Amino acid sequence: MKIGLFLGCTVPVRALNYEQAFRRLAEELQITIQDVPDFFCCGFPVKSINEETGILMALTNLAIAEKSGIQDLVTLCNACTENLTEANYLWSNDPEVRKKLEPLLLDLGHSYSGSVRVRHSARVLFEDFKDLIAQKIRRNLGTLRLYPYTGCHYARPSRIYQDFDNPEAPDSLGELLKITGAQVVSGQNSCCGGAVLGFKEDTSLKMAGVTLKKVNEEGADAMVLICPFCDIMFEQNQKKVEKLLSETYELPVIYLPQVLGLALGIPREELGFNLNRIKMDGFWTKLEG
Amino acid sequence: MGKTLTEKDLDLKFKYLIMQEKGGEMIVRCFSCATCTLSCPVRLVDEEFNPRRIIRLALLGAKEEVLRSPFIWLCSACYLCSERCPQDVKITDLMIALRNIAVKEGVLPSSLQAQLDLLYKHGRLYEIGEFENKKRVKQSVPTLEEKRELAARVLELFKLITFPVEK
Repeated sequence: MKIGLFLGCTVPVRALNYEQAFRRLAEELQITIQDVPDFFCCGFPVKSINEETGILMALTNLAIAEKSGIQDLVTLCNACTENLTEANYLWSNDPEVRKKLEPLLLDLGHSYSGSVRVRHSARVLFEDFKDLIAQKIRRNLGTLRLYPYTGCHYARPSRIYQDFDNPEAPDSLGELLKITGAQVVSGQNSCCGGAVLGFKEDTSLKMAGVTLKKVNEEGADAMVLICPFCDIMFEQNQKKVEKLLSETYELPVIYLPQVLGLALGIPREELGFNLNRIKMDGFWTKLEG
Repeated sequence: MGKTLTEKDLDLKFKYLIMQEKGGEMIVRCFSCATCTLSCPVRLVDEEFNPRRIIRLALLGAKEEVLRSPFIWLCSACYLCSERCPQDVKITDLMIALRNIAVKEGVLPSSLQAQLDLLYKHGRLYEIGEFENKKRVKQSVPTLEEKRELAARVLELFKLITFPVEK
């Protein structure tokens, strides 16, 4: 399978472990990645300021993807997934948006027919690679208790995603983890608070705390994520949450391709674990004895 | 909770302004059942944010109270209320519409201003220079170049950049 990879803003600078593990996993699954140097921000951050600007930024990226011959555009970040998917949805379903934005897109020197399919990498792995992953398992992760945390924009708003997964409790991430033999702790998906961080820090930390507390109570060895914003809250701000709520979690936070990579027998040095910030000694002891 | 609102604080046409904004069309469908507030993960930890209250205030016409309040910026856009709303008010889209109106009325929180500056300068929310690329090489991923031109042009098209930015 050939895919275009849309990195967005945060992953290529702040979540290199996620990117590295995904690229390595893709290689193992014989997914060919096409990188497109002209991609820029998906437009999600601009929506709060002016919705149409955010959508036009997404459409411009989609037009670049189409021009580059990409049919399947794959994302790593939930916010990129949401905004690119929404732009696609509006382009085909909202004639007013198209009427207004199409001339602006032409002004920018681009055109778009609407042919690019956008999916989150986790969804691609779930929909197209479940069987291959199962065949390629080299190491059973049965000693690990894992808490899948999908984040909000993976399956919501459901109307733009055609209900490919349960919008309130998506289970594709858990299903992927079960293939590895890991014990999957069923989790709630209370919003990580990432979008509130820039406006009211304490509130966002308390939001992250709701989930961290639950994961901790479930005795999970690690939380498994698919979005760099969730990581900013649960991993990069975990110490701040602990301090604010007078709690101790010391909870490893890892990305889905890192876990799948381990299960496929890829050496951990090739999966970016050097950049995971919470100490993982307990995790490795449980996995490797 | 703030001052008592009286007729002189209300702009009865406010709801029509909201309905003209993309995402705000469905506001008048709300029958105040509070499903949104009870579903809200922000509300769970912070009483300042209450989507039902914001919708009631907006429908009453409390334009200044709504647009000048810090609470419209607290929605985390998780879309849970939108999924559950029995009247399909599309509350997350409505919150974005209220923010878009606030921006037109001259309210722009500093964190969003900072994001605009970064997008205009770098095309992404983060700079990608020599330092970042060294880290990328170390993790065995390809280097990246900044592509700011199209992002900058989109922002200029919508006149979101009306201030001098160092290039």
